Amino acid sequence: MGTENLQHPPVVHFATLDKLLNLGRANSLWPLTFGLACCAIEMMATGASRFDLDRFGIGVFRPAPKQADVMIVAGTISKKMAPAIVTLYEQMPHPKWVIAMGNCAISGGPFKFEGQYGIVEGADKILPVDIYIPGCPPRPEALIEGLLLLEEKLTGSRRWPRVEPQ
Amino acid sequence: MSGYPEIFRVLAYIVGTLAFVGLNAAFLVWLERKVAGHIQRRIGPKEVGPFGIIQSLADGIKLMSKQLVVPERADGLLYRLAPLMTMTTAIMVFVTIPFGPALVARDLNLGMLVIFAFASVNVLALLLAGWGSNNKYSVISATRAVSQNVAYEVPMLITVATMVMIVGTMNLNEIVGQQGNLLQWKIFPWNGSVMLPVAFLIFFICALAETNRAPFDLGEAESELVAGFHTEYGGMGFGLFFLGEYAYVFVGCALTSIFFLGGWQCPLGWAPGVHWLLIKTYLLVFVVMWIRWTFPRTTIYGLLNLSWKVLVPFALVNLIVTAALLKVF
Repeated sequence: MGTENLQHPPVVHFATLDKLLNLGRANSLWPLTFGLACCAIEMMATGASRFDLDRFGIGVFRPAPKQADVMIVAGTISKKMAPAIVTLYEQMPHPKWVIAMGNCAISGGPFKFEGQYGIVEGADKILPVDIYIPGCPPRPEALIEGLLLLEEKLTGSRRWPRVEPQ
Repeated sequence: MSGYPEIFRVLAYIVGTLAFVGLNAAFLVWLERKVAGHIQRRIGPKEVGPFGIIQSLADGIKLMSKQLVVPERADGLLYRLAPLMTMTTAIMVFVTIPFGPALVARDLNLGMLVIFAFASVNVLALLLAGWGSNNKYSVISATRAVSQNVAYEVPMLITVATMVMIVGTMNLNEIVGQQGNLLQWKIFPWNGSVMLPVAFLIFFICALAETNRAPFDLGEAESELVAGFHTEYGGMGFGLFFLGEYAYVFVGCALTSIFFLGGWQCPLGWAPGVHWLLIKTYLLVFVVMWIRWTFPRTTIYGLLNLSWKVLVPFALVNLIVTAALLKVF
């Protein structure tokens, strides 16, 4: 795992080394600094003092796509914005992951109706999405849960025990 | 200092310095994130290892295993050369820093000059990085970094010339040797010139600006220039720039403590040694971080005006007053 985004997966796998690399990657997921709509406000709140993404090593929001690992698609993707987002995604070096945050990034959300012409109906129409976080907008706890799920996808083990819904 | 082949000394220096630069950067990245967190009423890294201390290790593994991308229209040679160059000069400046009475790689007469000579070459690395990436933001950032470094080297070197007049030597170990206890520290006005506290302030501000730290980090102003000269660098190229930056922060603070705060001497004159240099230097590094996370970024004009209109005149007055005092008394 972790290299599954590669178009040409490696021929030889080193099991222990891959585990170590994935452990390193999972603990240092640097997101790309960009927001598209109101979900970005929740993303900022998640990075700020009350929720503090930096606890998990995720807090280094990098402005340059060359230095980022995770793309958090936070908001509605309009058709005019879609090419720019694809360019940003393609500029990120491998390995890279995409999180679709909020209903707009999952399916178009409230803007999806018959005859609409302005938006892309879901980030997965243009990008390979790893994690979907529902909500309109999702709360910061939900974004943290999504990032922990991405870590679980990388390392295969869960950092904290899962909380069962009551 | 004899009795073993010269090559061992060189090897010990290279291995020791590389290890120190790496560990120093790892520790300072962690410290910076913790300090930033606590200043912003957050906690900072805490989940990766106890108190998050192996956060830097995870970052290092991540950076080393990223894909290497060279932009298509970049100048491949300069693009690859720039991070190596910033690391090389960062390692070279450690040659003459006296960590302890006998713990110095090469005790040169002109040790101070060597440090400033190699630190100036670092600017060239930033310029090459900006030029080689073929990115407009990188070029703007590189020109800013160069103008800033040129502007701040003038007051810094005038201050250093003043210090040389007072102590009468360019050997860093001898400078430290003159500051045996707290009262002999060169920060105090009764140790040669009444202007010494001013000299300390000018030197520290210039050291901040030379290392491109906030509030003078015009080179990597995220709100204007994406990420500055390392916009096009990902993976370990970016990592090398940060190793170099933190090495320079350490060197700047170490020089400040050597010139003004007594280097490896104990404040009470009991047990001089490496620990005192490290304690003083890391306290100054903490002040640097404190400043970074407290003050907003200046503008490029404010930055250059501060240098040419405030620091250079004060440094010149300092030079003249000190020269007059030394001549009279």
